[in-house]
Parts: sequence; C-alpha cells; structure tokens
Amino acid sequence: MSVTVKIPTPLRRVTDGVDEIEASSDRLDGALAILNERFPGIKERLFNDEGELHRFVNIYVNGEDVRFLSGLETPLNEGDEVSIVPAVAGG
Amino acid sequence: MPYTTALRCKECSRESELLPVNVCDFCFGPLEVQYDYDAIARVMSRESIKNGPPSMWRYAELLPADPENRVDINAGLTPLIKADRLGKALGLNELYLKNDCVNPTYSFKDRVVSVAATAARDFGFDTLACASTGNLAGSVAAHAARAGIRCYVFIPADLELGKVVGAAIYGPTLVAVNGSYDDVNRLCSEIADRYGWAFVNINVRPYYSEGSKTLGYEAAEQLGWRAPDHAIVPAASGSMFTKIWKGLNELHDIGIISKPNTKMHIAQAEGSSPIVSAYDAGIKDIRPVRPDTVAKSLAIGNPADGYYALKVIEDSEGTGHAVNDEEIVDSMKLLAQTEGIFAETAGGVTIGVLRKLAAKGLIGKDEVTVAYITGNGLKTQEAVQDVAQTVNINASLRDFEDAIKAEDA
Repeated sequence: MSVTVKIPTPLRRVTDGVDEIEASSDRLDGALAILNERFPGIKERLFNDEGELHRFVNIYVNGEDVRFLSGLETPLNEGDEVSIVPAVAGG
Repeated sequence: MPYTTALRCKECSRESELLPVNVCDFCFGPLEVQYDYDAIARVMSRESIKNGPPSMWRYAELLPADPENRVDINAGLTPLIKADRLGKALGLNELYLKNDCVNPTYSFKDRVVSVAATAARDFGFDTLACASTGNLAGSVAAHAARAGIRCYVFIPADLELGKVVGAAIYGPTLVAVNGSYDDVNRLCSEIADRYGWAFVNINVRPYYSEGSKTLGYEAAEQLGWRAPDHAIVPAASGSMFTKIWKGLNELHDIGIISKPNTKMHIAQAEGSSPIVSAYDAGIKDIRPVRPDTVAKSLAIGNPADGYYALKVIEDSEGTGHAVNDEEIVDSMKLLAQTEGIFAETAGGVTIGVLRKLAAKGLIGKDEVTVAYITGNGLKTQEAVQDVAQTVNINASLRDFEDAIKAEDA
C-alpha cells in the first residue's frame, strides 16, 4: 500500500530538503514511523513525550484533519496523500 | 529602527534569527517576536506616544517592523466610546466600546496587516498574500495596493458578496477555494511552501499578529492610561485575544501604566466555539470543530492560538462564553439601536457575551469594561436583512399622516 507523505518547509531541514516521500503502510502511525526511520528527528518535532501529536501540528489525509478521522490510527489506502501542516493563525 | 531582538519559540523557548518564518526549527512550535524592553522604556513615554502619529504607529517602538518604511493606510487610533445607553440597558455604568469598525477597510485587520505588509517590505518580498474569511482579504489587498506590490488572496467560495467585492476592488488576484476556511488555510500553507510570497498569516505571522497589541495600548491610553477591569474580545483563532492581554502587560513592563488587573473574557459563536468548549470542560486540549455559524469572520474550527487563549483566561481570571445565531443577530440590533454602531456579526458575538456576563453578575456595575467591536456591519448585511421594513406611501402629506397614525396605533 503506497501513500505520499508531504513534508512542510519547516521540517525539510530534517529531511535534507526532501519535500515528499512514498511510504508503504496501511495506517497513519505506520507511515509516520517510516518517515522517522528515513529522517531521524522527525518524531521529536511531531510528537510529545507521551507519544501524542503536538497540539500545534495538524495532519491531514486527503485534505481531512485526522482528528475528524481516527487520529493516528486512521487507515490509509493506495494513493492517499498525507500532509503535515503547522497550525496557522486566522482571519 | 525596530527594537526587536529575536524570534522565540512559544513552546521550547529557543531563540532564532528574525526571519519570515513562523515555526520553530527545533520543535515545530509557533514563534513570537522578542523586544529590548529596557531600550523601549528609555524612549517611550505617555508624552512620546501623544506626540506620535494619530494612528496605531504611535506605538511603533513596540511593533516588529520599521516605521520609516511603513505601509500605512492610517489604521488604528479608533474611537473608544462611553456606551451610556447600552450600559443602562445592561446595568453597567462604566461600559466602553472600542469601535474598530471605522478602520480604513472597516475591521481591526488593518492593524495586523499594516505591520505584516511593512515587515514584508522590510524583508524584500514582492508579493503579499493571505488566506481569509473576508476581513483580512480586503485589508491585505488594500495594503498591497498602497505598497504597490502584487497580491494573492485566497477565500472560501461561499463568502458573503460584500466581502468579495470589498477585496476585489483593490485589484488582487482573488482565488475562491471550494471548501471551508480551514481548507483554504491548509492549501495556503502548501502554497506558501512552494512560492516565495509573504503570506501574512503564515510565514509573516509572528510579525502580523503583533499588530493586535495596539488594541490593548489604545484602550489603555483612551481610558486615561489605565487597563480596564474587564475586556470582552471576539475570538476565531484566539490570536487577537492573547495580543490585547500582551499589549496591556507590555505597557506596564515599560512603566506606562500600573499592573493590569483586567479580566479577559473570550467571546465565540456557538457554531464555532472550540476555545470556549475547552474552557467549559476545564481542559487545555482544543478539539477542532466544523464551523456552522452566522458569524463567518469567526468561523475557524481549528484555532491556532486556542491553547494560548486558554492560558490568558487563566492568568487573567477571565471567562469564556458562546452565543447562538439568534443572540448574535439580536445583539447586533441592540448595539445599533442603543449606540448607533452597526457592527458585523462578530460584534454581535461580543455584545451577546457582554449581555451574558452582565446578566450573570460577573461584571460589577461600576467596573470599567471595554467591549471590542472589530468589524463593520455593512460587510454582513445578510445577517440582519429582516430589519429592512419600510412604511410605503404616495408622495402626499395625507398619506404620510395616515401611515404614521397607523404606525403609532
């Protein structure tokens, strides 16, 4: 099961400028683990010590906030797009 | 020159260089501008402020952009009005309204955008952009026009016509996105990654958000150099709420007012109240919601500064309340019909929550209270269209007198 994980600019310092990877996983936490294996340091930036996503990190699967889906246990299907987006202020 | 020293992460406190970035390199947390307050305290005084320009730029030392280079359409220094008629209706003797409806593009957004556009110019950007629920769109487009730089504005496709026209007139490229504001924001984060543009609420956000502090400075100055006992502030992302509190505290830090004892009350619309829901539940973990409210300018389901807003409520011993669509519309009418101020739906949220606070006895009748009215009602006329009831007559005096008798009966 291959999905695309899009990496935002602030994280590309960790990924040597790579802006997306293909990951083979059927669940969001699995895809993020693959990202962290390839680029150690990702985990600290996305998760707190309890293993939860930082409150200022938003993750979307095909444009849908995973907090409206099943969080880190959100299932992934072939061709899905995972986006990591820091929280932005509004107006 | 600005008195800024660094950007500091609000989470891990690491400092970084003053660049157009909004996220900490180390922990991904949001960044905030730091200042040399000792130096500011040496040059800033009540007198120096009074002698400054009649706009928000009279507080330039406390803003993170070069005032000599400012993009200025004369935002700020809006009236603080003693609201005797509304106060009487609510049993409050010391009620004031900060009327930010009368900014150049008719909302408080001119404050943040003036700083953001100036910072963008300081950094050498040639394009100003934003994701917007409407008010920001108009303000960004106007400031870009004033600065003579390119402008891209991204809005949800279902926005009120008045707000679309109010941005389009300044000539930006206006992109209507099928989806909610949160969808537009997510898209813009990705666009900001790819294009070297100054997105006022993304990569320029640490500078942008500081502009809201002037709402705190001005209220204190206009009250005769004191902080109010209560402030009622409408919230979407929660940014302005936190910055008004920060502004009041900064004035104290540099020795201009005594320590603020302001209770900060946050006002949200029931259909989009993730901050108030967390406050009611006694937690700091914001659960995002899908907004459904007449107050579209507050329809942000995923508030970036929600956590920090909850901290301000706690630190200031304030509260949070939400009002429904009916209460919002009713409060817009009450405000207009007691004080002559036609506020947009967000103003209805503020006044609706003010009424709740007064009814619950949470505001003492002689306590100095400032309610923030942050946008103009002409932008959201759809919400109160039912007021347009006319008395129709022919052009004859008899018709008129008959009609008036019927009205009075």
